[in-house]
Amino acid sequence: MSSGSYTQNRLKPVPERSRRSSGPGSRGDTAVAATSHVVLGLWSIVVILPLLWVFLSAFKSNREIISGSPLALPSSWSFDNFVLAWVDERLGQAMFNTVVVVGCALVLVMMLGAMCAYVLARFEFFGRRAIYYLMLAGLTFPVFLAIVPLFFVLQSMGVLNTLPGLVITYVAFALPFTVFFLYAFFQGLPSEISEAAAIDGAGKWRTFFQVMLPMATSGMASVAIFNFLGLWNQYLLPVALNTKRDNWVLSQAVASFVSGAGYQSQYGLLFAGVVITIVPVLIGYVFFQRQLQGSVTQGTNK
Amino acid sequence: MTTPVTGAGAPRSRSGTRARRKARWSFDNISFFLVFLGLPLALFLLLVIWPFIQAVFYSFTDWGGFSQEFEIIGFANYERLVNDATFKTALGNNIKLAIVVPFAVIVIAMIFATLVTVGGRGIGQTVGVKNSGFYRVVSFFPYVIPAVVAGVIFTKVFDPSNGLLNGLLPAGLRQNWLGQVSTALPASMFVIIWGAVGFYMLLFIAAIKAIPAETFEAARLDGAGRLRTMWSVTIPSIRENIQTAWIYLGIAALDAFVFMHILNNSGGPDNSTLVMPQYLFRLAFAQSQFGYASAVGVAMAVVTLVFAGLVFAINRLTGGSTRSN
Repeated sequence: MSSGSYTQNRLKPVPERSRRSSGPGSRGDTAVAATSHVVLGLWSIVVILPLLWVFLSAFKSNREIISGSPLALPSSWSFDNFVLAWVDERLGQAMFNTVVVVGCALVLVMMLGAMCAYVLARFEFFGRRAIYYLMLAGLTFPVFLAIVPLFFVLQSMGVLNTLPGLVITYVAFALPFTVFFLYAFFQGLPSEISEAAAIDGAGKWRTFFQVMLPMATSGMASVAIFNFLGLWNQYLLPVALNTKRDNWVLSQAVASFVSGAGYQSQYGLLFAGVVITIVPVLIGYVFFQRQLQGSVTQGTNK
Repeated sequence: MTTPVTGAGAPRSRSGTRARRKARWSFDNISFFLVFLGLPLALFLLLVIWPFIQAVFYSFTDWGGFSQEFEIIGFANYERLVNDATFKTALGNNIKLAIVVPFAVIVIAMIFATLVTVGGRGIGQTVGVKNSGFYRVVSFFPYVIPAVVAGVIFTKVFDPSNGLLNGLLPAGLRQNWLGQVSTALPASMFVIIWGAVGFYMLLFIAAIKAIPAETFEAARLDGAGRLRTMWSVTIPSIRENIQTAWIYLGIAALDAFVFMHILNNSGGPDNSTLVMPQYLFRLAFAQSQFGYASAVGVAMAVVTLVFAGLVFAINRLTGGSTRSN
């Protein structure tokens, strides 16, 4: 059972294991350990260094970035770049749009995905298999193939270049993944409980919302995290279907810093924009780090 | 159910437990199916499946995108595709990505995962190196950075005049990393690998931890060294996870639009970093050749499916088990 292995992993945290190991090691072990630390340490530097550089540069003036040493501390910790990026480059607006769109889409896709997965996993009816494989197809086909006709579908519905249009598109494209993950989850839940609920007179709606859904919370949390990251990072769908500047999401705004004319020389501004984009995800990551690793663990044991 | 993950997890036949009761035509039942199945399915069909079907249809037309008129021209778009040098360049770049990126990511992630979980001691109980938690957290971090932002960061890291990389290198080694044919594609690949390693490392860590400790202990009692243990115990045990990783990474590399679009908007020097989706995007939205762009899209879908099939076939040929559960 996936939830079982999750707790099992949590009961055996790494520090405890390594404490047990701190007996005398052979000389070969020391050499291997040293090499390991060098290899892993080097990779950590490769990961951290660009981010540190971006962070430091965000506080620097243009002249300081061009003439100074790349990893030197800024001469003064000025927030000018951040203010410029947030207000003049309208990152604030884009951040607001992203939060609204991703928030709405996430709630909707979790709701619809859970409902759909529940029906597919626990009821036998004509066409069930066909729907399942259709979802599989939707998961494997490249989004690119759909993008052009999708443009016109949204246009004919009158929601092209609007936030609601983006929300329903996000929901539709996140649905297959959500359904797949939760399908396995609902199948794994014991059927005795839903039968007991039915015997006690609960209808199908009540059985789902009051009995089955609460039991699926851990699976829902994992899928929600992956969906959140996927939607927050989404770039292709908005860049093709949401071109009005007022409605831009964060990824579009940041991309425009590079591709747009006139930003080439404004390094500080660009770095500040990047920091503004990363910080919320970084904070979320630090808070949900344990949960996130649990999600990956669950994903593998499915 | 600790069966290893495979792409989609084929539906297990459990019809015995499922749906013993026949549906009755009550309001509760009808409204339940309409909302629970009808609503998501309608959205999915309208916004995902229907556009896909349309795209396949448009690939047989000369539709420009703006007028309502178009003619059905049969396979002309596909004939053009076969002789299109730019498309071949893009396809070639995607194939290079789909070979190099998954291989590099899996090898690096596998080595790191092994070090973190079982690399600590050569004999006795398996332990990871010290402070492995730190390495795990740091390595995973790029995964939560949006691909767009990672791309933006590295356009600046690779910047020839003020970039971090040239700033740290001695003068003789400085390059215009993204601006010359010889380094543009490898530099772009590096960015994708940078972003992906952490996630797959975590995936492999989870898989390795699920292997019973006795298996490792038995191998060690039999005198297997670290490399031998990794090759003969770890890798076979998490084979299904590696296959899944390979498919996910391959599909991502056959797209790679976001990274490539940000790193080199125009397709790079001599189209050396142009990928198929970029070409499609250019054809559809800049040159108004929607019919031909759709044909490129269909070709992409075919390449993706062929790739997934190849991975399964290779795994089967090299003795991978078909799932037994």
